[in-house]
Amino acid sequence: MRVSVNGVERELAAGATVADVVRSLVEAPERGVAVALDGEVVPRSRWQATSLVEGQAVEVLRAVQGG
Amino acid sequence: MSELLRLGGRTWSSRLIMGTGGFRSLVQLEEALVASGAEMATVALRRVDPDSRTESPLSVIDRLGLFLLPNTAGCYTARDATRTARLARDAFGTSWIKLEVIGDDRTLHPDPVELVAAAEELVADGFTVLPYASDDPVLARRLEAVGCAAVMPLGSPIGSGRGIDNPYNLALIVEQAGVPVILDAGIGTASDAALAMELGCDGVLLASSVSRADDPAAMAAAMRKAVEAGHDARRAGRIPRRLHAQASTPDAGLPRLG
Repeated sequence: MRVSVNGVERELAAGATVADVVRSLVEAPERGVAVALDGEVVPRSRWQATSLVEGQAVEVLRAVQGG
Repeated sequence: MSELLRLGGRTWSSRLIMGTGGFRSLVQLEEALVASGAEMATVALRRVDPDSRTESPLSVIDRLGLFLLPNTAGCYTARDATRTARLARDAFGTSWIKLEVIGDDRTLHPDPVELVAAAEELVADGFTVLPYASDDPVLARRLEAVGCAAVMPLGSPIGSGRGIDNPYNLALIVEQAGVPVILDAGIGTASDAALAMELGCDGVLLASSVSRADDPAAMAAAMRKAVEAGHDARRAGRIPRRLHAQASTPDAGLPRLG
């Protein structure tokens, strides 16, 4: 299935979860990583249980320097 | 010893809040944070870049034991800002947010309509909201009315280094405020930070004036002293400005020498 990950279209296996996407981007998803699915926050506690579906947009965010 | 700042239900011994934007390296960031004496530092949220191997500013802030203040920098609507705040809460486990809703690319002035809407929604959702605002006394009152923990008027545009464009507005905001007033944005050098405190601000939030200085750690130390000095001067009570001189030496006992 095609899913947008941080603005880039990616082909993911059916049944892929938010946790799978996070692991593909961050080696150790320490404190400071957050995920939005179609704009809404997916709490860390639900990453594993949240399966993605075709056409969704995932944003995986982390802390950067900023005022 | 200056009185302590009460902000968001906590007590702070430093009245300087450090933004972390613009530092040339995390080493410089860490040295400046230490020199500033700040207890709170901001971070922003951006997309993970798997190709980037740079250390996160979060590790510096955690190592120094500082209180983290996430921001919503880059948001232009209340919807984006409230979503970003909720993402920050999940990422960092804090309900404190420096709320920025920008209304104009060139000046980075806030959008006051979206800002108040976002603040109201986030306060209702349990956030401690510190809004970056225009230097507008009416907007400050609105932000306080919807439950913000502080108001954070700009001195001049972000990164402009121009200092405090409108000290009269700032004085009006201070005069009416029932929550702490934190001068946020526009500081160029130490005297600007001191002036903000002399005008009655409860604190100063700055980034560029330190991060883009030739020697960030030295400027951070200067800002620390300026904020303390300005606060102490305000409390000490300045003398009024006069048109003419007022002799500081008495005339009585003046000898006749010719």
